[in-house]
Amino acid sequence: MFQFIDVQYKDILDVPSLLIEKGKITTLVGTSGSGKTTLLRMLNKMLSPTQGRIMFKAHDLETLNTVTHRRQVTMLSQNPVMFDGSIRDNLNIGLKFHEKNVGSDEMLLSMLERVKLKKALDTSPHVLSGGEKQRLALGRVLLLNSEIVLLDEPSAALDDETEETIIKMVVEYVRIENKTLVMVTHSKTMAEKQSDIIIEISEGRCRSIRGCTK
Amino acid sequence: MNGVIDLTVFQVALAYVFVLMVLVIMRFLGIKREKELIISSVRMTLQLVLVGYLLVYIFDNPNPFVTVGIIFVMEAFAVHTVFKKYQGKLSRPLKKVIAFSISMGTLSCLVYFLLIVIRISPWYQPQYFIPIAGMFIGNSMTGISLGVKLLLDGMITQRALVEEALILGATPQAATKSIINNTFDAAILPTMYSMVGMGIVFLPGMMTGQILSGTSPTTAIAYQIAIMLGILGAVALTVILMLQLGYRTFFNKDEQLQSF
Ligand SMILES: Nc1ncnc2c1ncn2[C@@H]1O[C@H](COP(=O)(O)OP(=O)(O)O)[C@@H](O)[C@H]1O
Ligand SMILES: [Mg+2]
Repeated sequence: MFQFIDVQYKDILDVPSLLIEKGKITTLVGTSGSGKTTLLRMLNKMLSPTQGRIMFKAHDLETLNTVTHRRQVTMLSQNPVMFDGSIRDNLNIGLKFHEKNVGSDEMLLSMLERVKLKKALDTSPHVLSGGEKQRLALGRVLLLNSEIVLLDEPSAALDDETEETIIKMVVEYVRIENKTLVMVTHSKTMAEKQSDIIIEISEGRCRSIRGCTK
Repeated sequence: MNGVIDLTVFQVALAYVFVLMVLVIMRFLGIKREKELIISSVRMTLQLVLVGYLLVYIFDNPNPFVTVGIIFVMEAFAVHTVFKKYQGKLSRPLKKVIAFSISMGTLSCLVYFLLIVIRISPWYQPQYFIPIAGMFIGNSMTGISLGVKLLLDGMITQRALVEEALILGATPQAATKSIINNTFDAAILPTMYSMVGMGIVFLPGMMTGQILSGTSPTTAIAYQIAIMLGILGAVALTVILMLQLGYRTFFNKDEQLQSF
């Protein structure tokens, strides 16, 4: 799906070669500050390599329309931000950005159920706890039904249990819907248990730990 | 209306009593601003006297090049003032957008106003062209100054929201829509408020001037109404051009937020 060719990002990341496969769950692990978020943000073109090329389905990412690409590759960011309005507005805003019709209340409620958030649609997101916000943001991402999901580890000091719940939800979703997932976690056990491929990043360099072709 | 009372130099000098009064008060209170007060009063007097003679000459010798030249200087001065007023660094592309927006916004409204509303002839008649251009450009300058400040404030404080919108697949335009709309509102609000208070809270300067110099109040009012609407149009157009072109300068060609 993604292929890195001599990619560098400033002096933060140096990836001579890396393959991310379609339909697989790839997990990036590594100490904090090693460059995991940076790598993830290159996949949805929030960052562009300063050197080298990233191929996406045999096209140079640089030549693809950025907004179209981001609509295929949706990311749950490290610090998801809540927009003004209600939970309903926050779920719908992704659909609006994708220029799709907003979801019916029925559809939105079933998404809330899926991410285990038992709240009324009219609730303000600002009263939610950190973990609840994270799950709302996950619901917002899953509604977009993108081909590829990127999942960064939550930066807010959430407990491991919340993080595990979120990873399990996403993994279940991508397995059922047959999507591609690239995620970051600091939990080695989650990585071992849930992923097909594990890549360790250390000081900006990638090393495959499990199942990587390169 | 009876004939206009012409002010003699002596009469104007009598008005300097006000400056003396303020000087005495300052001395009494120990406020050390005497020098600034004298300099600003004298400066104001000299500038206006010079401009007066210049205008007399220009009005007596209408010339399209002179009119256009003066408008050009006014536009350049307005652009320069907006740059200087912003406390912080403006990017080069944003500066270009500001210059373009002020010029295009005011010139297009000016042409419509003078040639289609007022119908001056010849088209470069300085007596109309110059003061009306001054009002359009001056007000647009104030509006765009506020707009630039609010746009940058919005982009800085709401950077995380814009970033999140991009991640969710928003175009830069959709990602900045609420900042742009709020800025537009806030930037034209002062102009709208000043229309609401007009005639009740205060008589606008231009109208006061016209009435004092002998124009019938109804004519003065007709002009004032037309000009206020023209100013509203010029301010709104200038600000909207700046916003619609300006938001792009915060993004690079890969639709990523640049540092600013
Ligand atoms: N916007 C940025 N500008 C400069 N350096 C950055 C920026 N973001 C992250 N970094 C640096 O890049 C390195 C990798 O960061 P990051 O990818 O966030 O690591 P991780 O997600 O693995 O914790 C760190 O040294 C960090 O300080
Ligand atoms: Mg990170």
